[in-house]
Amino acid sequence: MADLSTHIGALRLKNPVMTASGTFGYGLEYADFIDLSQLGGIIVKGTTLAPRQGNPYPRMAETPQGMLNCVGLQNNGVDYFAQHIYPQIKDIDTHMIVNVSGSSPEDYAACAARVNALERIPAIELNISCPNVHDGGMAFGVSTKGAASVVKAVRKAYDKTLIVKLSPNVTDITEIARAVEDEGADSVSLINTLMGMSIDSERRKRTLSIGTGGLSGPCVKPIALRMVYQVARAVRIPVIGLGGISNAADAVEFLLAGASAIQIGTMNFVDPTVSVKVVQGINDYLDRHGFQTVQDIIGIVE
Amino acid sequence: MLDLKVTGNSHPTPGYSLLRLTDPQNPLPEILPGQFVQLLVENAPHTFLRRPISVNHVDRTANELWLLIHMIGEGTTQLGRLAEGDSVNVIFPLGNSFSTEQCGSAPLLVGGGVGIAPMLYLGSQLKAMGITPTFLLGARSHADLMQLEEFEKYGRVLLTTEDGSAGERGFVTQHSVLSQERFSHIYCCGPKPMMIAVARYALGKDIPCEVSLENLMACGLGACLCCVEDTDLGNVCVCKEGPIFNIKKLKWQI
Repeated sequence: MADLSTHIGALRLKNPVMTASGTFGYGLEYADFIDLSQLGGIIVKGTTLAPRQGNPYPRMAETPQGMLNCVGLQNNGVDYFAQHIYPQIKDIDTHMIVNVSGSSPEDYAACAARVNALERIPAIELNISCPNVHDGGMAFGVSTKGAASVVKAVRKAYDKTLIVKLSPNVTDITEIARAVEDEGADSVSLINTLMGMSIDSERRKRTLSIGTGGLSGPCVKPIALRMVYQVARAVRIPVIGLGGISNAADAVEFLLAGASAIQIGTMNFVDPTVSVKVVQGINDYLDRHGFQTVQDIIGIVE
Repeated sequence: MLDLKVTGNSHPTPGYSLLRLTDPQNPLPEILPGQFVQLLVENAPHTFLRRPISVNHVDRTANELWLLIHMIGEGTTQLGRLAEGDSVNVIFPLGNSFSTEQCGSAPLLVGGGVGIAPMLYLGSQLKAMGITPTFLLGARSHADLMQLEEFEKYGRVLLTTEDGSAGERGFVTQHSVLSQERFSHIYCCGPKPMMIAVARYALGKDIPCEVSLENLMACGLGACLCCVEDTDLGNVCVCKEGPIFNIKKLKWQI
Protein backbone atom coordinates (compact mmCIF):
# COMPACT_ATOMS: atom_id res chain seq x y z
CA MET A 1 0.00 0.00 0.00
CA ALA A 2 1.57 3.26 -1.14
CA ASP A 3 1.24 6.58 0.68
CA LEU A 4 -1.51 8.36 -1.23
CA SER A 5 -1.60 11.55 0.83
CA THR A 6 -1.19 14.89 -0.85
CA HIS A 7 -1.42 18.59 0.03
CA ILE A 8 -3.46 21.49 -1.31
CA GLY A 9 -2.13 24.53 0.49
CA ALA A 10 -2.43 23.85 4.21
CA LEU A 11 -4.87 21.04 3.57
CA ARG A 12 -3.69 17.45 3.81
CA LEU A 13 -5.78 15.05 1.70
CA LYS A 14 -5.74 11.34 2.56
CA ASN A 15 -5.61 10.65 -1.15
CA PRO A 16 -5.68 12.79 -4.29
CA VAL A 17 -9.20 11.86 -5.40
CA MET A 18 -11.98 14.40 -4.99
CA THR A 19 -15.37 14.69 -6.60
CA ALA A 20 -16.15 17.71 -8.75
CA SER A 21 -18.69 20.37 -7.94
CA GLY A 22 -22.09 19.93 -9.54
CA THR A 23 -21.60 16.23 -10.16
CA PHE A 24 -21.84 14.87 -6.63
CA GLY A 25 -24.59 16.92 -4.96
CA TYR A 26 -23.67 17.31 -1.30
CA GLY A 27 -22.14 13.84 -1.16
CA LEU A 28 -25.22 12.47 0.55
CA GLU A 29 -26.73 11.51 -2.80
CA TYR A 30 -23.89 8.99 -3.21
CA ALA A 31 -23.71 7.65 0.35
CA ASP A 32 -25.71 4.55 -0.63
CA PHE A 33 -23.08 3.64 -3.20
CA ILE A 34 -19.72 4.35 -1.60
CA ASP A 35 -18.05 5.02 1.73
CA LEU A 36 -17.57 8.79 1.39
CA SER A 37 -14.71 8.75 3.91
CA GLN A 38 -12.57 6.94 1.34
CA LEU A 39 -12.37 10.09 -0.75
CA GLY A 40 -9.71 12.77 -0.49
CA GLY A 41 -12.38 15.44 -0.63
CA ILE A 42 -15.84 16.33 -1.88
CA ILE A 43 -16.53 19.63 -3.61
CA VAL A 44 -20.18 20.34 -3.00
CA LYS A 45 -22.30 22.05 -5.58
CA GLY A 46 -22.06 25.72 -6.55
CA THR A 47 -23.32 27.98 -3.79
CA THR A 48 -24.26 31.64 -4.14
CA LEU A 49 -25.13 34.41 -1.71
CA ALA A 50 -28.81 34.46 -2.76
CA PRO A 51 -30.90 31.47 -3.88
CA ARG A 52 -30.94 30.79 -7.63
CA GLN A 53 -33.54 28.85 -9.64
CA GLY A 54 -31.06 28.11 -12.42
CA ASN A 55 -31.92 27.96 -16.11
CA PRO A 56 -35.11 26.50 -17.60
CA TYR A 57 -35.35 22.91 -18.82
CA PRO A 58 -33.87 21.44 -21.02
CA ARG A 59 -30.51 21.72 -19.33
CA MET A 60 -28.71 18.70 -20.71
CA ALA A 61 -27.72 17.23 -24.04
CA GLU A 62 -25.74 14.04 -24.42
CA THR A 63 -22.77 14.12 -26.79
CA PRO A 64 -20.40 11.41 -27.96
CA GLN A 65 -18.46 10.48 -24.81
CA GLY A 66 -19.76 13.42 -22.87
CA MET A 67 -22.57 15.83 -22.20
CA LEU A 68 -23.49 19.49 -22.30
CA ASN A 69 -25.22 21.13 -19.36
CA CYS A 70 -26.64 24.56 -18.66
CA VAL A 71 -27.92 24.07 -15.11
CA GLY A 72 -27.02 27.64 -14.22
CA LEU A 73 -26.02 27.30 -10.56
CA GLN A 74 -29.40 26.29 -9.15
CA ASN A 75 -29.01 26.36 -5.36
CA ASN A 76 -30.84 27.56 -2.26
CA GLY A 77 -28.21 30.11 -1.27
CA VAL A 78 -25.41 30.08 1.30
CA ASP A 79 -27.63 30.72 4.33
CA TYR A 80 -29.80 27.72 3.49
CA PHE A 81 -26.63 25.71 3.04
CA ALA A 82 -25.28 26.78 6.43
CA GLN A 83 -28.55 26.04 8.23
CA HIS A 84 -29.84 22.94 6.52
CA ILE A 85 -27.08 21.18 4.57
CA TYR A 86 -23.98 21.86 6.66
CA PRO A 87 -25.32 20.03 9.75
CA GLN A 88 -25.88 16.93 7.59
CA ILE A 89 -22.44 16.87 6.01
CA LYS A 90 -20.09 18.36 8.59
CA ASP A 91 -19.23 15.01 10.15
CA ILE A 92 -18.47 13.17 6.93
CA ASP A 93 -14.89 12.01 7.38
CA THR A 94 -13.36 13.75 4.40
CA HIS A 95 -12.75 17.35 3.40
CA MET A 96 -16.06 18.94 2.50
CA ILE A 97 -15.22 21.88 0.25
CA VAL A 98 -17.77 24.43 -0.90
CA ASN A 99 -17.81 25.73 -4.45
CA VAL A 100 -18.61 29.46 -4.26
CA SER A 101 -19.99 31.57 -7.08
CA GLY A 102 -21.27 35.11 -7.44
CA SER A 103 -22.10 37.98 -9.73
CA SER A 104 -19.67 40.60 -8.41
CA PRO A 105 -16.43 40.55 -6.40
CA GLU A 106 -18.41 41.77 -3.35
CA ASP A 107 -20.94 39.00 -3.85
CA TYR A 108 -18.23 36.33 -3.97
CA ALA A 109 -16.58 37.81 -0.89
CA ALA A 110 -19.81 37.94 1.11
CA CYS A 111 -20.61 34.33 0.25
CA ALA A 112 -17.05 33.23 1.06
CA ALA A 113 -17.22 35.05 4.41
CA ARG A 114 -20.34 33.08 5.38
CA VAL A 115 -18.59 29.82 4.51
CA ASN A 116 -15.50 30.95 6.41
CA ALA A 117 -17.58 30.82 9.58
CA LEU A 118 -18.38 27.13 9.09
CA GLU A 119 -15.81 25.31 11.17
CA ARG A 120 -15.84 21.98 9.32
CA ILE A 121 -15.46 23.46 5.84
CA PRO A 122 -11.68 23.73 5.45
CA ALA A 123 -11.58 25.21 1.96
CA ILE A 124 -13.59 26.81 -0.80
CA GLU A 125 -13.35 26.46 -4.53
CA LEU A 126 -14.05 29.76 -6.21
CA ASN A 127 -16.02 29.30 -9.39
CA ILE A 128 -14.97 32.02 -11.81
CA SER A 129 -15.65 29.77 -14.74
CA CYS A 130 -19.33 28.78 -14.95
CA PRO A 131 -20.31 29.22 -18.63
CA ASN A 132 -24.05 29.09 -17.93
CA VAL A 133 -24.83 32.31 -16.10
CA HIS A 134 -24.94 35.81 -17.52
CA ASP A 135 -24.19 37.75 -14.39
CA GLY A 136 -20.67 36.83 -13.31
CA GLY A 137 -19.40 33.28 -13.43
CA MET A 138 -17.17 32.88 -16.45
CA ALA A 139 -17.21 36.62 -17.12
CA PHE A 140 -14.58 36.94 -14.38
CA GLY A 141 -12.62 33.89 -15.36
CA VAL A 142 -11.79 34.90 -18.91
CA SER A 143 -9.60 37.92 -18.16
CA THR A 144 -6.62 38.29 -15.84
CA LYS A 145 -8.13 41.49 -14.49
CA GLY A 146 -11.55 39.98 -13.77
CA ALA A 147 -10.07 36.87 -12.18
CA ALA A 148 -7.70 38.92 -10.04
CA SER A 149 -10.50 41.23 -8.85
CA VAL A 150 -12.58 38.35 -7.51
CA VAL A 151 -9.68 36.57 -5.85
CA LYS A 152 -8.48 39.81 -4.27
CA ALA A 153 -11.90 40.49 -2.75
CA VAL A 154 -12.36 36.93 -1.53
CA ARG A 155 -8.86 36.64 -0.10
CA LYS A 156 -9.67 39.50 2.30
CA ALA A 157 -12.85 37.78 3.46
CA TYR A 158 -11.60 34.20 3.59
CA ASP A 159 -8.61 32.91 5.55
CA LYS A 160 -8.72 29.17 4.91
CA THR A 161 -7.58 27.26 1.83
CA LEU A 162 -8.68 29.05 -1.32
CA ILE A 163 -8.88 27.08 -4.55
CA VAL A 164 -9.79 28.92 -7.75
CA LYS A 165 -11.50 26.95 -10.53
CA LEU A 166 -10.38 28.08 -13.96
CA SER A 167 -12.18 28.29 -17.26
CA PRO A 168 -10.73 26.60 -20.35
CA ASN A 169 -12.59 29.09 -22.54
CA VAL A 170 -9.59 31.41 -22.76
CA THR A 171 -6.66 32.06 -25.05
CA ASP A 172 -3.98 31.33 -22.47
CA ILE A 173 -5.04 29.65 -19.25
CA THR A 174 -1.57 30.06 -17.69
CA GLU A 175 -2.02 33.85 -17.59
CA ILE A 176 -5.23 33.50 -15.58
CA ALA A 177 -3.57 30.95 -13.29
CA ARG A 178 -0.67 33.33 -12.60
CA ALA A 179 -3.06 36.23 -11.99
CA VAL A 180 -4.98 34.35 -9.29
CA GLU A 181 -1.76 33.03 -7.76
CA ASP A 182 -0.52 36.61 -7.47
CA GLU A 183 -3.68 37.55 -5.57
CA GLY A 184 -3.14 34.85 -2.99
CA ALA A 185 -4.96 31.76 -4.24
CA ASP A 186 -3.66 28.62 -2.54
CA SER A 187 -4.45 26.36 -5.48
CA VAL A 188 -6.06 26.29 -8.89
CA SER A 189 -8.41 23.62 -10.18
CA LEU A 190 -8.93 23.10 -13.88
CA ILE A 191 -10.73 22.71 -16.14
CA ASN A 192 -14.33 23.81 -15.79
CA THR A 193 -16.54 22.90 -18.77
CA LEU A 194 -15.89 23.97 -22.35
CA MET A 195 -18.59 26.09 -23.87
CA GLY A 196 -20.45 24.18 -26.55
CA MET A 197 -23.70 23.84 -28.44
CA SER A 198 -26.09 21.16 -29.57
CA ILE A 199 -28.67 21.46 -32.35
CA ASP A 200 -31.78 19.36 -32.90
CA SER A 201 -31.84 19.14 -36.68
CA GLU A 202 -35.38 17.75 -36.83
CA ARG A 203 -36.78 20.75 -34.98
CA ARG A 204 -34.13 23.15 -36.32
CA LYS A 205 -33.56 24.49 -32.83
CA ARG A 206 -30.73 24.66 -30.37
CA THR A 207 -31.27 21.86 -27.88
CA LEU A 208 -30.48 23.61 -24.61
CA SER A 209 -32.78 26.22 -23.11
CA ILE A 210 -30.19 28.99 -23.20
CA GLY A 211 -28.66 27.87 -26.49
CA THR A 212 -25.23 26.93 -25.16
CA GLY A 213 -23.86 24.76 -22.39
CA GLY A 214 -20.70 23.44 -20.80
CA LEU A 215 -19.15 20.30 -22.28
CA SER A 216 -17.77 17.67 -19.92
CA GLY A 217 -17.00 13.97 -19.90
CA PRO A 218 -14.28 11.79 -21.41
CA CYS A 219 -14.35 13.78 -24.67
CA VAL A 220 -12.69 16.78 -22.98
CA LYS A 221 -9.87 14.87 -21.31
CA PRO A 222 -7.06 15.59 -23.79
CA ILE A 223 -7.75 19.33 -23.59
CA ALA A 224 -7.87 19.27 -19.80
CA LEU A 225 -4.68 17.26 -19.60
CA ARG A 226 -2.82 19.69 -21.85
CA MET A 227 -3.99 22.66 -19.77
CA VAL A 228 -3.05 21.01 -16.47
CA TYR A 229 0.40 20.28 -17.86
CA GLN A 230 0.83 23.91 -18.92
CA VAL A 231 -0.49 25.45 -15.70
CA ALA A 232 1.52 23.13 -13.47
CA ARG A 233 4.64 24.53 -15.11
CA ALA A 234 3.46 28.15 -14.87
CA VAL A 235 2.58 28.43 -11.17
CA ARG A 236 4.11 27.40 -7.84
CA ILE A 237 0.81 26.63 -6.09
CA PRO A 238 -0.64 23.12 -6.33
CA VAL A 239 -2.84 22.30 -9.30
CA ILE A 240 -5.97 20.18 -9.08
CA GLY A 241 -6.69 18.46 -12.37
CA LEU A 242 -10.10 17.59 -13.70
CA GLY A 243 -11.86 17.15 -17.00
CA GLY A 244 -13.04 13.81 -18.34
CA ILE A 245 -11.35 11.56 -15.80
CA SER A 246 -13.19 8.25 -15.95
CA ASN A 247 -10.77 5.74 -14.45
CA ALA A 248 -7.50 5.39 -12.54
CA ALA A 249 -5.39 5.44 -15.71
CA ASP A 250 -6.82 8.86 -16.57
CA ALA A 251 -6.19 10.08 -13.03
CA VAL A 252 -2.57 8.92 -13.16
CA GLU A 253 -2.08 10.86 -16.41
CA PHE A 254 -3.19 14.07 -14.66
CA LEU A 255 -0.85 13.39 -11.73
CA LEU A 256 2.05 12.76 -14.11
CA ALA A 257 1.17 16.00 -15.91
CA GLY A 258 1.59 17.90 -12.65
CA ALA A 259 -1.68 17.76 -10.74
CA SER A 260 -1.31 17.37 -6.96
CA ALA A 261 -4.85 16.07 -6.77
CA ILE A 262 -7.66 15.28 -9.20
CA GLN A 263 -11.42 15.57 -9.33
CA ILE A 264 -13.90 13.19 -10.86
CA GLY A 265 -16.97 14.81 -12.33
CA THR A 266 -19.30 13.66 -15.05
CA MET A 267 -18.27 10.00 -14.73
CA ASN A 268 -20.04 9.92 -11.34
CA PHE A 269 -23.29 9.99 -13.33
CA VAL A 270 -22.41 6.82 -15.19
CA ASP A 271 -20.77 4.94 -12.33
CA PRO A 272 -21.56 6.29 -8.85
CA THR A 273 -18.73 4.16 -7.46
CA VAL A 274 -16.02 5.34 -9.88
CA SER A 275 -14.30 7.65 -7.36
CA VAL A 276 -13.36 4.91 -4.92
CA LYS A 277 -12.31 2.66 -7.80
CA VAL A 278 -9.91 5.41 -8.88
CA VAL A 279 -8.41 5.63 -5.37
CA GLN A 280 -7.72 1.89 -5.48
CA GLY A 281 -6.46 2.06 -9.04
CA ILE A 282 -3.94 4.82 -8.27
CA ASN A 283 -2.62 2.72 -5.41
CA ASP A 284 -2.32 -0.30 -7.72
CA TYR A 285 -0.41 1.80 -10.26
CA LEU A 286 2.04 3.01 -7.62
CA ASP A 287 2.60 -0.52 -6.33
CA ARG A 288 2.99 -1.93 -9.81
CA HIS A 289 5.64 0.65 -10.71
CA GLY A 290 7.42 0.55 -7.36
CA PHE A 291 6.57 4.08 -6.19
CA GLN A 292 6.28 4.55 -2.42
CA THR A 293 4.15 7.68 -2.49
CA VAL A 294 1.85 9.48 -4.86
CA GLN A 295 4.15 12.50 -4.53
CA ASP A 296 6.78 10.53 -6.45
CA ILE A 297 4.76 10.71 -9.66
CA ILE A 298 3.40 14.26 -9.56
CA GLY A 299 4.66 16.16 -12.59
CA ILE A 300 7.29 13.62 -13.60
CA VAL A 301 6.11 13.12 -17.16
CA GLU A 302 8.98 13.61 -19.57
CA MET B 1 -26.27 -0.93 -8.21
CA LEU B 2 -26.34 -4.51 -9.40
CA ASP B 3 -25.32 -6.58 -12.39
CA LEU B 4 -28.54 -8.28 -13.46
CA LYS B 5 -28.77 -11.19 -15.86
CA VAL B 6 -30.98 -11.14 -18.92
CA THR B 7 -33.47 -14.02 -18.75
CA GLY B 8 -35.32 -13.04 -21.90
CA ASN B 9 -35.70 -10.38 -24.54
CA SER B 10 -38.69 -10.36 -26.83
CA HIS B 11 -39.93 -7.79 -29.31
CA PRO B 12 -43.67 -7.36 -28.71
CA THR B 13 -43.81 -5.11 -31.76
CA PRO B 14 -41.02 -3.91 -34.07
CA GLY B 15 -38.88 -1.23 -32.42
CA TYR B 16 -39.73 -2.30 -28.88
CA SER B 17 -37.96 -4.67 -26.54
CA LEU B 18 -39.39 -6.39 -23.49
CA LEU B 19 -36.31 -7.10 -21.44
CA ARG B 20 -36.57 -9.49 -18.51
CA LEU B 21 -33.81 -9.33 -15.89
CA THR B 22 -33.04 -11.28 -12.76
CA ASP B 23 -30.65 -11.26 -9.85
CA PRO B 24 -29.37 -14.83 -9.80
CA GLN B 25 -28.22 -14.54 -6.17
CA ASN B 26 -30.89 -12.65 -4.27
CA PRO B 27 -34.53 -11.65 -4.38
CA LEU B 28 -35.02 -8.32 -6.13
CA PRO B 29 -35.41 -5.41 -3.70
CA GLU B 30 -38.76 -3.78 -2.98
CA ILE B 31 -39.84 -1.88 -6.09
CA LEU B 32 -42.80 0.48 -6.09
CA PRO B 33 -45.05 1.15 -9.10
CA GLY B 34 -43.87 4.23 -10.97
CA GLN B 35 -40.22 3.81 -10.05
CA PHE B 36 -37.51 3.52 -12.68
CA VAL B 37 -34.06 2.05 -13.25
CA GLN B 38 -30.86 3.43 -14.82
CA LEU B 39 -29.25 1.00 -17.26
CA LEU B 40 -25.61 1.13 -18.26
CA VAL B 41 -25.21 0.98 -22.03
CA GLU B 42 -22.21 -0.84 -23.37
CA ASN B 43 -20.94 -1.03 -26.94
CA ALA B 44 -22.57 2.23 -28.00
CA PRO B 45 -19.75 4.66 -28.84
CA HIS B 46 -21.95 7.69 -29.32
CA THR B 47 -23.72 7.42 -25.99
CA PHE B 48 -22.30 8.13 -22.61
CA LEU B 49 -25.00 8.30 -19.97
CA ARG B 50 -27.19 5.58 -18.53
CA ARG B 51 -30.70 5.15 -19.90
CA PRO B 52 -33.60 5.69 -17.48
CA ILE B 53 -36.36 3.13 -18.06
CA SER B 54 -39.65 2.70 -16.14
CA VAL B 55 -40.38 -0.50 -14.34
CA ASN B 56 -42.88 -2.38 -16.51
CA HIS B 57 -43.48 -5.26 -14.13
CA VAL B 58 -41.95 -7.24 -11.29
CA ASP B 59 -42.60 -10.96 -11.37
CA ARG B 60 -41.84 -12.08 -7.81
CA THR B 61 -42.33 -15.77 -8.61
CA ALA B 62 -39.66 -15.71 -11.31
CA ASN B 63 -37.67 -12.98 -9.48
CA GLU B 64 -37.79 -10.96 -12.70
CA LEU B 65 -37.77 -7.25 -13.44
CA TRP B 66 -39.46 -6.38 -16.75
CA LEU B 67 -38.52 -3.33 -18.78
CA LEU B 68 -40.33 -2.21 -21.91
CA ILE B 69 -37.85 -0.30 -24.04
CA HIS B 70 -38.62 1.84 -27.07
CA MET B 71 -35.54 1.38 -29.28
CA ILE B 72 -35.37 4.95 -30.45
CA GLY B 73 -31.69 5.91 -30.36
CA GLU B 74 -28.30 4.23 -30.18
CA GLY B 75 -28.47 3.59 -26.42
CA THR B 76 -31.93 2.06 -26.28
CA THR B 77 -31.25 0.12 -29.49
CA GLN B 78 -28.17 -1.42 -27.91
CA LEU B 79 -30.18 -2.32 -24.79
CA GLY B 80 -32.86 -3.84 -26.99
CA ARG B 81 -30.25 -6.16 -28.48
CA LEU B 82 -29.26 -7.74 -25.17
CA ALA B 83 -29.68 -11.50 -25.25
CA GLU B 84 -30.48 -14.16 -22.68
CA GLY B 85 -27.48 -14.72 -20.45
CA ASP B 86 -26.04 -11.22 -20.97
CA SER B 87 -25.34 -9.08 -17.96
CA VAL B 88 -26.44 -5.46 -17.55
CA ASN B 89 -25.53 -3.01 -14.80
CA VAL B 90 -28.61 -1.45 -13.20
CA ILE B 91 -29.08 1.27 -10.60
CA PHE B 92 -32.49 0.78 -9.04
CA PRO B 93 -35.08 1.34 -7.78
CA LEU B 94 -35.10 5.11 -8.34
CA GLY B 95 -37.61 7.89 -7.86
CA ASN B 96 -40.91 8.15 -6.01
CA SER B 97 -44.01 6.13 -6.83
CA PHE B 98 -47.68 6.33 -7.69
CA SER B 99 -49.79 6.85 -4.56
CA THR B 100 -51.74 3.58 -4.62
CA GLU B 101 -53.25 4.15 -1.17
CA GLN B 102 -55.49 6.95 -2.42
CA CYS B 103 -56.75 5.34 -5.61
CA GLY B 104 -60.37 4.86 -4.53
CA SER B 105 -62.57 2.09 -5.91
CA ALA B 106 -62.45 2.95 -9.62
CA PRO B 107 -58.96 3.99 -10.70
CA LEU B 108 -58.22 4.74 -14.35
CA LEU B 109 -54.74 3.95 -15.68
CA VAL B 110 -53.99 5.77 -18.93
CA GLY B 111 -50.99 4.88 -21.07
CA GLY B 112 -49.92 6.04 -24.50
CA GLY B 113 -47.15 4.53 -26.62
CA VAL B 114 -44.28 3.25 -24.47
CA GLY B 115 -46.03 5.10 -21.62
CA ILE B 116 -48.11 1.98 -21.06
CA ALA B 117 -45.02 0.45 -19.41
CA PRO B 118 -45.48 1.56 -15.77
CA MET B 119 -49.23 0.97 -15.91
CA LEU B 120 -48.84 -2.80 -15.98
CA TYR B 121 -46.97 -2.97 -12.68
CA LEU B 122 -49.24 -0.34 -11.13
CA GLY B 123 -52.30 -2.33 -12.24
CA SER B 124 -50.90 -5.55 -10.79
CA GLN B 125 -50.30 -3.83 -7.46
CA LEU B 126 -53.82 -2.39 -7.40
CA LYS B 127 -55.23 -5.81 -8.22
CA ALA B 128 -53.25 -7.26 -5.31
CA MET B 129 -54.95 -4.67 -3.09
CA GLY B 130 -58.33 -6.03 -4.19
CA ILE B 131 -59.12 -3.25 -6.64
CA THR B 132 -59.91 -3.83 -10.30
CA PRO B 133 -58.46 -0.98 -12.35
CA THR B 134 -59.51 0.18 -15.79
CA PHE B 135 -56.67 0.46 -18.29
CA LEU B 136 -57.13 2.94 -21.13
CA LEU B 137 -54.33 2.36 -23.61
CA GLY B 138 -53.69 4.38 -26.74
CA ALA B 139 -51.57 3.68 -29.80
CA ARG B 140 -51.27 4.71 -33.43
CA SER B 141 -52.66 1.45 -34.70
CA HIS B 142 -53.37 -2.14 -33.72
CA ALA B 143 -49.81 -3.19 -34.52
CA ASP B 144 -48.44 -0.78 -31.90
CA LEU B 145 -50.44 -2.22 -29.00
CA MET B 146 -48.43 -4.41 -26.67
CA GLN B 147 -48.85 -6.70 -23.66
CA LEU B 148 -52.66 -6.73 -23.89
CA GLU B 149 -52.90 -10.25 -22.49
CA GLU B 150 -50.80 -9.11 -19.50
CA PHE B 151 -53.01 -6.10 -18.83
CA GLU B 152 -56.11 -8.28 -19.02
CA LYS B 153 -54.86 -10.28 -16.02
CA TYR B 154 -55.26 -7.26 -13.77
CA GLY B 155 -58.26 -5.29 -14.95
CA ARG B 156 -60.56 -4.09 -17.71
CA VAL B 157 -58.70 -3.03 -20.85
CA LEU B 158 -60.02 -0.27 -23.11
CA LEU B 159 -58.23 0.77 -26.27
CA THR B 160 -58.01 3.66 -28.66
CA THR B 161 -56.06 3.76 -31.91
CA GLU B 162 -55.57 6.74 -34.15
CA ASP B 163 -56.56 4.74 -37.23
CA GLY B 164 -59.41 2.86 -35.57
CA SER B 165 -57.80 -0.55 -36.16
CA ALA B 166 -58.39 -1.54 -32.53
CA GLY B 167 -60.73 -0.18 -29.87
CA GLU B 168 -62.25 3.22 -30.46
CA ARG B 169 -60.81 5.56 -33.10
CA GLY B 170 -58.99 8.64 -31.84
CA PHE B 171 -56.94 9.64 -28.82
CA VAL B 172 -57.36 8.26 -25.30
CA THR B 173 -59.14 11.42 -24.20
CA GLN B 174 -61.80 10.80 -26.88
CA HIS B 175 -62.80 7.39 -25.50
CA SER B 176 -66.52 7.13 -24.71
CA VAL B 177 -65.90 5.68 -21.25
CA LEU B 178 -64.71 9.07 -20.06
CA SER B 179 -68.18 10.55 -20.49
CA GLN B 180 -70.04 7.45 -19.31
CA GLU B 181 -68.30 6.58 -16.07
CA ARG B 182 -66.92 8.35 -13.05
CA PHE B 183 -63.37 7.42 -12.05
CA SER B 184 -61.92 7.86 -8.58
CA HIS B 185 -58.28 8.53 -9.49
CA ILE B 186 -56.31 8.84 -12.73
CA TYR B 187 -52.75 7.69 -13.34
CA CYS B 188 -51.17 8.66 -16.63
CA CYS B 189 -47.98 8.13 -18.60
CA GLY B 190 -47.34 8.96 -22.22
CA PRO B 191 -46.40 11.77 -24.59
CA LYS B 192 -46.70 15.19 -22.98
CA PRO B 193 -49.60 16.42 -25.17
CA MET B 194 -51.54 13.31 -24.13
CA MET B 195 -50.76 13.84 -20.45
CA ILE B 196 -51.85 17.47 -20.68
CA ALA B 197 -55.14 16.42 -22.32
CA VAL B 198 -55.72 13.82 -19.60
CA ALA B 199 -54.83 16.36 -16.91
CA ARG B 200 -57.37 18.77 -18.42
CA TYR B 201 -60.08 16.07 -18.24
CA ALA B 202 -59.14 15.22 -14.64
CA LEU B 203 -59.18 18.85 -13.54
CA GLY B 204 -62.52 19.42 -15.26
CA LYS B 205 -64.05 16.46 -13.45
CA ASP B 206 -62.19 17.18 -10.21
CA ILE B 207 -60.54 13.77 -10.20
CA PRO B 208 -57.08 13.44 -8.58
CA CYS B 209 -54.49 12.82 -11.29
CA GLU B 210 -50.86 11.74 -11.21
CA VAL B 211 -48.56 11.79 -14.23
CA SER B 212 -45.18 10.17 -14.85
CA LEU B 213 -42.62 12.54 -16.39
CA GLU B 214 -39.64 11.54 -18.49
CA ASN B 215 -37.45 14.65 -18.56
CA LEU B 216 -33.94 14.06 -19.91
CA MET B 217 -31.71 12.86 -17.09
CA ALA B 218 -28.04 12.45 -16.44
CA CYS B 219 -27.40 11.06 -12.95
CA GLY B 220 -30.83 9.82 -11.84
CA LEU B 221 -29.81 10.52 -8.23
CA GLY B 222 -30.71 14.18 -7.75
CA ALA B 223 -27.11 15.35 -8.06
CA CYS B 224 -26.77 16.97 -11.49
CA LEU B 225 -30.01 19.02 -11.53
CA CYS B 226 -30.48 18.46 -15.27
CA CYS B 227 -33.95 16.88 -15.32
CA VAL B 228 -35.78 19.65 -13.49
CA GLU B 229 -39.49 20.39 -13.78
CA ASP B 230 -41.04 23.67 -12.70
CA THR B 231 -43.42 23.04 -9.79
CA ASP B 232 -45.06 24.89 -6.94
CA LEU B 233 -41.76 24.36 -5.10
CA GLY B 234 -39.67 25.77 -7.98
CA ASN B 235 -37.37 23.63 -10.11
CA VAL B 236 -37.21 20.10 -8.72
CA CYS B 237 -35.46 16.99 -10.01
CA VAL B 238 -37.80 14.59 -11.80
CA CYS B 239 -35.43 11.73 -10.91
CA LYS B 240 -35.63 12.37 -7.18
CA GLU B 241 -38.84 14.29 -6.40
CA GLY B 242 -40.57 12.49 -9.30
CA PRO B 243 -41.01 10.94 -11.78
CA ILE B 244 -44.60 10.88 -10.48
CA PHE B 245 -46.26 14.24 -9.88
CA ASN B 246 -49.76 15.26 -8.93
CA ILE B 247 -50.84 17.54 -11.77
CA LYS B 248 -51.76 20.27 -9.29
CA LYS B 249 -48.08 20.62 -8.34
CA LEU B 250 -46.98 21.24 -11.93
CA LYS B 251 -46.83 24.59 -13.71
CA TRP B 252 -48.36 23.16 -16.88
CA GLN B 253 -50.70 25.28 -18.97
CA ILE B 254 -53.59 22.85 -18.70
